[in-house]
Amino acid sequence: MAGIVSYGGYVPRYRIDRKLIYKAMGWLNPATFMPGEKAVANYDEDSLTMAVAAGVDCLTGVDKSEIDAVFYASTTPPYAERQSAEIIATALDCRSDIRTADLTDTLKSGTTAILSAADAVGAGSAREALVCACDMRIGKAGSVQEEIFGDGAAAILIGGKDVIAELIGSFSVSYDFVDHWRGTGERFDQQWEDRFIRDEGYTRFIVEAMKGLEKKCHVQSNEITHVVYPCLYAGDFRKIARDLGLSESQVVIPLVGQVGYAGTADPLMHLVKALEEAGPGDRIAVIGYGTGADAILFEATDRIEGLRGSRRGIGKHLAARRELRSYEKIVAFRDLLSTEKGIRGEIVARTALSELWRNRKQVLGLYGSKCTSCGTPQYPIQRVCVNPDCGAIDEMEPYCFSGRKGSLFTYTGDNLAYSPNPPAIYGFVDFEGGGRYWFDLTDVDLEELETDMEVEMSFRKKYVDEQFGIHGYFWKAVPVMA
Amino acid sequence: MAEGIRDKVAIIGMGCTRFGERWDANADDLMVEAFKETIEDAGIEKKDIQAAWFGSCFDEVNVGKSAVPLSLALKLPFLPVTRVENFCATGSEALRGAVYAVASGAYDICLALGAEKLKDTGYGGLPEFPSALGTKNRLIFPNITAPGAFAMMATRYFSRYGLSPDEGKEILAMISAKSHRNGAKNPKAHLRKEVSVEKILKAPMVAWPLGLFDCCGVSDGAAAAIVCRADMAKDFRPDPVYIKSMQIALSSGEEMMYTDWDGSYVKSTEKCAARAYGEAGITNPREEISMMELHDCFSITELVTYEDLGISPRGKAGNDVRNGFFDMDGKIPCQPDGGLKCFGHPIGASGLRMMYEMYKQLQGKAGDRQIEGPRIGLTHNMGGFPAMNLISISIAGL
Repeated sequence: MAGIVSYGGYVPRYRIDRKLIYKAMGWLNPATFMPGEKAVANYDEDSLTMAVAAGVDCLTGVDKSEIDAVFYASTTPPYAERQSAEIIATALDCRSDIRTADLTDTLKSGTTAILSAADAVGAGSAREALVCACDMRIGKAGSVQEEIFGDGAAAILIGGKDVIAELIGSFSVSYDFVDHWRGTGERFDQQWEDRFIRDEGYTRFIVEAMKGLEKKCHVQSNEITHVVYPCLYAGDFRKIARDLGLSESQVVIPLVGQVGYAGTADPLMHLVKALEEAGPGDRIAVIGYGTGADAILFEATDRIEGLRGSRRGIGKHLAARRELRSYEKIVAFRDLLSTEKGIRGEIVARTALSELWRNRKQVLGLYGSKCTSCGTPQYPIQRVCVNPDCGAIDEMEPYCFSGRKGSLFTYTGDNLAYSPNPPAIYGFVDFEGGGRYWFDLTDVDLEELETDMEVEMSFRKKYVDEQFGIHGYFWKAVPVMA
Repeated sequence: MAEGIRDKVAIIGMGCTRFGERWDANADDLMVEAFKETIEDAGIEKKDIQAAWFGSCFDEVNVGKSAVPLSLALKLPFLPVTRVENFCATGSEALRGAVYAVASGAYDICLALGAEKLKDTGYGGLPEFPSALGTKNRLIFPNITAPGAFAMMATRYFSRYGLSPDEGKEILAMISAKSHRNGAKNPKAHLRKEVSVEKILKAPMVAWPLGLFDCCGVSDGAAAAIVCRADMAKDFRPDPVYIKSMQIALSSGEEMMYTDWDGSYVKSTEKCAARAYGEAGITNPREEISMMELHDCFSITELVTYEDLGISPRGKAGNDVRNGFFDMDGKIPCQPDGGLKCFGHPIGASGLRMMYEMYKQLQGKAGDRQIEGPRIGLTHNMGGFPAMNLISISIAGL
């Protein structure tokens, strides 16, 4: 029986107090006010990089050789054509003889991806299947969406053995219910009237899917320990619980006041949160909402204890928060405000895609070499050993740096280089176990840096070539999360 | 057994344009300006030149690739002309090419000319590096600029020798202030203003911990030399300057990828200096060298170079700076013409510009900036970054 083998989460470090957004834009629509804060992806993050971060968390200590499929769910992938799952699989150092797919176009594609993964495992066509879900949805300045949308990601590894939670069953409803939509090439959602969404969609489909699940799996609502469904409207969120006969303790407290509504990733992030708290025998129902709903029932096994605390998941990421005190930075990062780049900033050299293909392991996967003669790890991939006392030629084995911590050998904050978040901070990383290279640094202020401080690697967007529609990805160094 | 280049070739003529933001001049105007002074100084005519080496670095904003631009600008009569490019040592490499050609016996009289037109980019600092570092490096290199890459060496230097940023920056400021004092006296320099240490310390940050005055000027300019066989040099002039050594050394990759370099100095300078001193027969550089033009692209580069050249002990160059050892009236005046800091830095011309100053000083023709009785002058270029570079050291003397 298929189930969850591992889980991981990601919440970007930056959070903004919604009062700051309201203070800036509340004049436009006073009804947009929402309490709490929301998570904001840094300028170099997107729905692909955060999915990789969740995947890295999920695969910590996991043998990747049995992963036969990688599914990515998002309504905001960086490309309309160029599969994100393949970029993610390369970044996560998965095998290449695997099946990959992007599931998109509806916010319930995160839960649908879990079901597809479980079907693949159940059918025997994959031993393990990784699901990464992430959204980075943008609301127009002064919109309700700007207040509610938050950024985050989750990853779930589905497998057939050693599961921490067994998938008991699922029930889905699919409708062409147009509560919101986004045309091809559009940046912003448009949506129909809230009353229509609440009365005809939100409060109905979740209940319909959940009741269908209970019937199909022969469980009563009071037999389910944790129930996950999104919080789009606070009042109706409670109404759904009443309609389903759920007590307050059964409903997983929504992250909307800390993260915001994370779209496709939202049900998976809450599932991870539930898994972090669940004990053996706990039943968890996850409902993904959007043009209908998927309801999935899991039952935790004894193995769930073994994973506890080993993942950053949602809890540790929530704790590693840094407050962003500038609303203007968010709108600039999301290109809602045209900022001066200077002529230097306008120059983006063309990406040689044939070269990227040839070097995909070292660029997307942060692979270098390790000399089998002297044992020196080195980045990027070398044929001649860099150790001056060795110099062996073609005695290298592949060596992956992405999961290795390092110490910050030296650094600077550069005001001349163009950066969307100046100064451009970069430095040299000496990796534990050997190897040195220079990298951009992110998620940190210059004043916090010291030589020899501990850093780790994070997959980020390096540049965007708007003229040719290319998103360049690479790894940057970040302070190690406590 | 290789015997090196010492005293085989002489410089018999040199020229250098005014450096600066030469909105008035194209690159070929600068070439002609430097060339005219050079052949007049050498007392030769164009027809006496047998081969030429042309140095230019940023072809994107300059004259394009190949040596054709020089041949066309000077109307060289179907001569063998070669373009060389080796980052910031480009000018020195042009000279080295000409010197080696004469030393080989292939030619008697050669021209070396370096020119750079950097100020047509529309922004400050060096041109972006879209092609300079290769397309693969673009995928993985950080968002570097030159000041940032050198700033990281300052971070390491301060950390290794226990200097607070304020203490470290003060030493660097004294280096820049000295170059501004020298540059103010040089009519051909780009920046001709004295600047106080206080003002330098208060300047806006370019790349922490380097501020505006820790960075050299980015300029347009050209410089040139005529070289000939040493044994015929005195036929042209009574005071030729002899090449004692021309060496370069390039990074092996270990600074960038291996972990034994401590980041507070430039490894290739050490290696290059040892070879250059050996070739020139210098055993005690602190005593024997009369003056230097160092590649002070940034103040920190000049500081570590004092040590890498074996002039100051490791970690102690700050003491020499404080004691005025490198000032015009010090033991080894450094950057008498203002250095890159104030004379400016048109990449392809810089190495030749440094030699121009050494040449004039050795001949006693440096005017207000004349150093008393110099015998040996050293020039030093550094291309690339502290972790990945090429170093050129040239030594010339009477």
